[in-house]
Amino acid sequence: MSALSRLTVTETRLFLREPIVVFFAVAFAPILLIVLGLIPSMREPVPELGGLRMIDIYLPIVVSMGIALFSLSGLSQLFASYREKGVLRRLRTTPVRPVVLIGAQLLMATIMSVLTMLVILAIGRLAFDVRLPGQLTAYLIAYLLVALAMFAIGLLVAALAPSSKSASAIGSLVFFPLIFFAGLWLPREAMSGTLRTISDLTPLGAGVQSLQDATAGQWPQPLHLAVLLAWTVVAGGLAARYFRWE
Amino acid sequence: MAIIEVDGLVKRYGGHTAVDGVSFAVEPGEIFGILGPNGAGKTTTVECIEGLRRADGGSIRVCGIDAQSGDGELRQVLGAQLQESELPDKLRVGEAMELYSSFYRDPADWRELIETLHLTGKLNAPFRKLSGGQKQRLSIALALVGNPRVAVLDEVTTGLDPQARRDAWDLIERIRDRGVTILLVTHFMEEAERLCDRLAVIDAGRLVALDTPAGLVARVDGRQRVRFRPSAPLEHAVLTALPEVSSVERAGSQLVVTGTGNLLLAVTTALAREQIVAGDLRVEQTTLDDAFVALTGRRIDATNSAGSEEI
Repeated sequence: MSALSRLTVTETRLFLREPIVVFFAVAFAPILLIVLGLIPSMREPVPELGGLRMIDIYLPIVVSMGIALFSLSGLSQLFASYREKGVLRRLRTTPVRPVVLIGAQLLMATIMSVLTMLVILAIGRLAFDVRLPGQLTAYLIAYLLVALAMFAIGLLVAALAPSSKSASAIGSLVFFPLIFFAGLWLPREAMSGTLRTISDLTPLGAGVQSLQDATAGQWPQPLHLAVLLAWTVVAGGLAARYFRWE
Repeated sequence: MAIIEVDGLVKRYGGHTAVDGVSFAVEPGEIFGILGPNGAGKTTTVECIEGLRRADGGSIRVCGIDAQSGDGELRQVLGAQLQESELPDKLRVGEAMELYSSFYRDPADWRELIETLHLTGKLNAPFRKLSGGQKQRLSIALALVGNPRVAVLDEVTTGLDPQARRDAWDLIERIRDRGVTILLVTHFMEEAERLCDRLAVIDAGRLVALDTPAGLVARVDGRQRVRFRPSAPLEHAVLTALPEVSSVERAGSQLVVTGTGNLLLAVTTALAREQIVAGDLRVEQTTLDDAFVALTGRRIDATNSAGSEEI
């Protein structure tokens, strides 16, 4: 097996051996969807939303929250703790290149979060009759762009945090504003003009809107795709710039 | 041709010069020791050789590869065992070996390595459940899994109990017998004396001596000490008159005679002439410890006693 696939398999195994991390990174978002869906008013059509129900609006928010949890509580801490314990230092004496190491983490993170996304879509469809994405290609592209942008931010947090404890503190600090602008407490539809403009420029705000557009059968707006790409490039570039082995 | 060539290595941290112009060359098949007290610059030196740190001056070549160039080829030929590096807690022994062997072009048979290192019974044990000695053995196995030509072992027996330490020494000799050149960092005299073909003694960032263990001892001086309890009072002059004797001291009921040449014969002959019997007679040779004191002006374990090393 190549180093990349062997690393990916190993990292996935290690990930699955941490029940608390798995709960927050993978199970929490689907559970939240179930809890929301069990509230009767969430399942009633709202005329201002063109007949959509709140649960329809929340599904992409929950999907994007799944990615955010994975990157900010899973990925960033994992990297920071590897650095703290000298795991990265040890790897540095082997022929494996950093890009392969990070590639394996991203591959694992992508596989796990795509699985989470599929679970969320399945629960939405089967339990609460939320429609599946109308424009599947657009949905997948939007999803991958959100995931890349958030993983880049997670790696940046890991690169800047001095320890794994501080990585988790910084991760939470970043998580709450991002998830606010994704619309967890106040859906984008209910945001004022200014709030919504800010939301358009955040990775999760742009991401939620893109996922919603793709669900409705349209291609996401170029602005949102550009915002997602910009976050990926800037955060990813800074993460590479500040990456430390020890 | 030397397999490791270090020439004028300098490494500074801020205003502090950790390694100050160290040069040495290691021949293929050697167990080459780097000996020195804690903080002498031993680890910094080998970390520059491993390409983990950028030197501020000098050059390093390992198998002809510039160790500072970032050439990935270095990592194929050099296996490293680091001080203070861990594996993920829940990574199992077998998984670690499988993972690390996937990094190399021509890996060793990792199952055989695990067998050699007596870890076969621990294949499914997670890293955090291993004892100190097992972790060290795994770390040696990982350093060897790439079939390196050079293995760098940094304080590999620190924190091990005496039996585990002896096992590790046997193991290191067997690794050398496989044709691997070994660079061994240590601050244990006994280890250096037992294992190393040659030693570089480093103190305060400088190379103070480079020789075989026996050569280092001989270099200090050819002095010996003879210690005994005389059966009757003895004039010191009887002994100091001998050409072999340089000094005579009284230590309790014993006399300590220091000198060179065939000291023991000279002393016992003189005593026989005086009809004095030497009780509890002992001859003490200069040790590597003495050599180290003579070279650096202090004992290697001045800060920590040999029995209770820091982990």
